[in-house]
Amino acid sequence: MISNPFFGRKRPESSRPVPPGQYLEDGFPVLSAGPTPRIDLTSWQFSITKNGQSLGKWSWEQLNELPQSDFLTDLHCVTKWSKHDTNWRGVTFDTLFKHAGISDRTGFVMAHCDGGYTTNLPLPDLLDGKGMLAHTYEGEPLAPEHGGPVRLLVPHLYLWKSAKWVNRIDLLDSDVPGFWEQYGYHMYGDPWKEQRYNGD
Amino acid sequence: MAATDWQVGTVTRTESTSTRVKLFQLSPENPLPFTAGQHIDIRLTAPDGYQAQRSYSISSDPTNYDVLELAIEKIADGEVSSYLHEYGAVGSQVEVRGPIGGPFTLKSGFQEPVLFIAGGIGIAPLMAMLRLRESHGTLENSALLYSVRTLNDLVFSQELFNMADQNGLSFVPTLTRETPSGWQERLGNHLGRFGPEILKTFLESHKFMPQRSYLCGGTQFVESLSSALVDAGLDPGTIRTERFGP
Repeated sequence: MISNPFFGRKRPESSRPVPPGQYLEDGFPVLSAGPTPRIDLTSWQFSITKNGQSLGKWSWEQLNELPQSDFLTDLHCVTKWSKHDTNWRGVTFDTLFKHAGISDRTGFVMAHCDGGYTTNLPLPDLLDGKGMLAHTYEGEPLAPEHGGPVRLLVPHLYLWKSAKWVNRIDLLDSDVPGFWEQYGYHMYGDPWKEQRYNGD
Repeated sequence: MAATDWQVGTVTRTESTSTRVKLFQLSPENPLPFTAGQHIDIRLTAPDGYQAQRSYSISSDPTNYDVLELAIEKIADGEVSSYLHEYGAVGSQVEVRGPIGGPFTLKSGFQEPVLFIAGGIGIAPLMAMLRLRESHGTLENSALLYSVRTLNDLVFSQELFNMADQNGLSFVPTLTRETPSGWQERLGNHLGRFGPEILKTFLESHKFMPQRSYLCGGTQFVESLSSALVDAGLDPGTIRTERFGP
């Protein structure tokens, strides 16, 4: 349906495209379902689990001792904003899996976070350079409201999959809906296919 | 009809409540039963195929879902809000889908004390919750702290003052950019910057211990006040937030 006389805002010819239904944002909006949790770095820990067993565990210091990676990437939030050229530093899941000697390459994961948030995604979407545990944004420690000290970063999916305050991923054989997914958000969330909600 | 299907909605009524905020009543072709706090998406399409979508909270009482009320603030450079303010006249049509949203909803527990905190147009989803609670009886267990810049920005002011005068709502409006004469008493000396201090004073003076809290407004506003609620001893799991703006 054409909305007459809607033409949209002026779009610069040369700018890279954004996914369908998205607009470019200069700021960095915050979306969280509850208060920002208070996290103590001295007791902070990240773990990878499977069937109730711990496959790998890192303290804040141990995470920082691992090889660090930098991502220059675009972000796409399901609430319609996109942000170009953001800089992140952290540890890739390839590094974590290698360090812990985890050989799983298929299946799914559930990310668990302080505050009780969860989100699900296929394991291959975290591997081969696609996902990291990010702790630094634009050269500064990641701010608490943006998920600091450590958030998941899976930038090729809508940003709710990049769970803030992540403290564990659980390896699963089947895909189980997480927090927003139970409310009807898409199980996968590819912004270029505009998979916002279940059924898209 | 699934919540993800786009359909046509017709504007059936509009009302400008201030220079920046306009209320729209929208009647979708197929009614959209919703829960207080949920939003809908509106999509506009240009002749060249370009599309813009935005989410707007529903402010009306979900008990009557044939008509959805949206309180839309005109954002500078906002392509959807500007279009709706200028061309969204009665009889015009837009594409809508929904309802959408889960954690920021209220559908039961009408007896338990609930605290609502709104910054600016963040009042919209909270209004649906207050109206729902009112239609289920009293608002004596509801408190609303509502911060706006000027009196002119106090959307739903008449209805809210009526809720306070006639139905027990504890209503604390705060104006951050002006002090109109005669408002000192109405505002209960809460003039000035709305922040954690006012919140603390309010909770203590009213002996109000909310079982649940809903905060909606700009990013910093919600960040600072949700943090203040945690400081006040509330269980973080009972605090629901929704934020907008960069």
